[in-house]
Amino acid sequence: MSSVETDPGFTLRQYAICLSGVVGREGLRFLHQRERFVSALVRPLVWLFIFAAGFRQVLGVSIIPPYETYVLYEVYITPGLMAMIQLFNGMQSSLSMVYDREMGNMRSLLVSPFPRWFLLGSKLFAGVAVSILQVYAYLAIAFFWEIEPPTRWGYLTVLPALALSGLMLGALGMLLSSAIRQLENFAGVMNFVIFPMFFASSALYPLWKVKESSPWLYYFCEANPFTHAVELIRFAFHQQVAVESLAAVAAYTTVFLVGAIIAYDPARGMLTRKGG
Amino acid sequence: MTSALAVSHLSHSYGPRKALDDVSFTVAPGSFTVLLGLNGAGKSTLFSLVTRLYAACEGRIDIFGHDVMREPGAALRRLGVVFQSRTLDLELSLMQNLSYHAALHGIGPLEARRLGKQALERAGLEDRSGEKARALSGGQMRRLEIVRALMHGPKLLLLDEPTVGLDIKARADLLALVRRLVREEGLGVLWTTHLIDEIEAEDHVVILHQGKALADDTAAAIIAAQGAADIGAAFGAVTGGAP
Repeated sequence: MSSVETDPGFTLRQYAICLSGVVGREGLRFLHQRERFVSALVRPLVWLFIFAAGFRQVLGVSIIPPYETYVLYEVYITPGLMAMIQLFNGMQSSLSMVYDREMGNMRSLLVSPFPRWFLLGSKLFAGVAVSILQVYAYLAIAFFWEIEPPTRWGYLTVLPALALSGLMLGALGMLLSSAIRQLENFAGVMNFVIFPMFFASSALYPLWKVKESSPWLYYFCEANPFTHAVELIRFAFHQQVAVESLAAVAAYTTVFLVGAIIAYDPARGMLTRKGG
Repeated sequence: MTSALAVSHLSHSYGPRKALDDVSFTVAPGSFTVLLGLNGAGKSTLFSLVTRLYAACEGRIDIFGHDVMREPGAALRRLGVVFQSRTLDLELSLMQNLSYHAALHGIGPLEARRLGKQALERAGLEDRSGEKARALSGGQMRRLEIVRALMHGPKLLLLDEPTVGLDIKARADLLALVRRLVREEGLGVLWTTHLIDEIEAEDHVVILHQGKALADDTAAAIIAAQGAADIGAAFGAVTGGAP
């Protein structure tokens, strides 16, 4: 045998090219699926205009941090709806990963010579970027209903919180996508993941209210990663840092991310069991 | 000379079911190798292992001397793949599909455009660069997938049952395109199929049956060894009467 050609590996610039290619494709796909964008916007707006309007009389919210006065119920649920956009987006991108895998597109991503963690990370990053765009579109509409942060800086300070919570929910979606065999099974995941996460959180009502009715449910809500995403966003929107939630979101993100990378790792992964 | 692809003592199981059992063969650079087997013979498993979708239970796969598991980056950048299922983004234009592939190999936008144009010319689709992939026929999509797989300049091309679902003319065109690439550009090709009429006498043929490699030689030599009239009969004889 002749000597084997040595491999130069990739430069940083090439990593950047790969990342922008993946993000660009996700962006183009998003532009082509206008109904996805519209439904991503309509969903929280329905909650805001119908649910919140109806429930503001029933669910009085007392003064709790970060709010310094009584706030309208619409204002209270806005961070929850921002996180909801990201939750749906995370699940949507995991759905598209299952779809891609069934259709073969996932394989053309995974056969790229870049390290697999980088490819999955790029895909995740692309999904988070799209979700942040959706959140700002929602905030732009909410602005006209006088739902806004105390100062304009809130729009900026919420950005890192959105990036982190988007990353956490995207990583969770990616982890789930590795475990789902077929598209048909996805509806079950929606029921067992999205609804419990959303309703058993501080998105719609403060947790002290939950504690009054059921301490067990309260503990469940406290452990729910979505609760911490909501609180992180709520405080950041008011230019404050929810330290406990920040730590929780960072920890959950790490766990989900490592789980997803292991699941997609050729040697240890779940894909092995799926046959060929 | 280093083999384009070297598969050695490869075994793989899904739980108790053994999909591949001690399979070894090589693909020489500039050769057209056919992996012939019925559905369920283990072709797709082999394909998934070579493309590193998951790891083999036992054995080793080298692409131009680079172990797929130990040096995946070096191995995969020398490999072009056409999967059995369509992997084009139907909503994106032909050029956008090609640029995406180039980015996944670290090729910048300017170079990607140049290579993309070249690829479209090769596939005879140069005037349709801006059209959505959805507008292509089955045969055109396959041709685009082949030239796309070659954009980053690999010297080994894997095709998993690429002619499935194509009409006779599209099949013939596709075979002609790939055989020309082997002849003119010295590409090593592994072509998996269950269709014996795609095989020519001088092709290197590996017969895979129930996870085992039962024959590994030129088609002519396999036919002669079995005393058969053609490769179809030889395949039947080797696999013990399978059609």
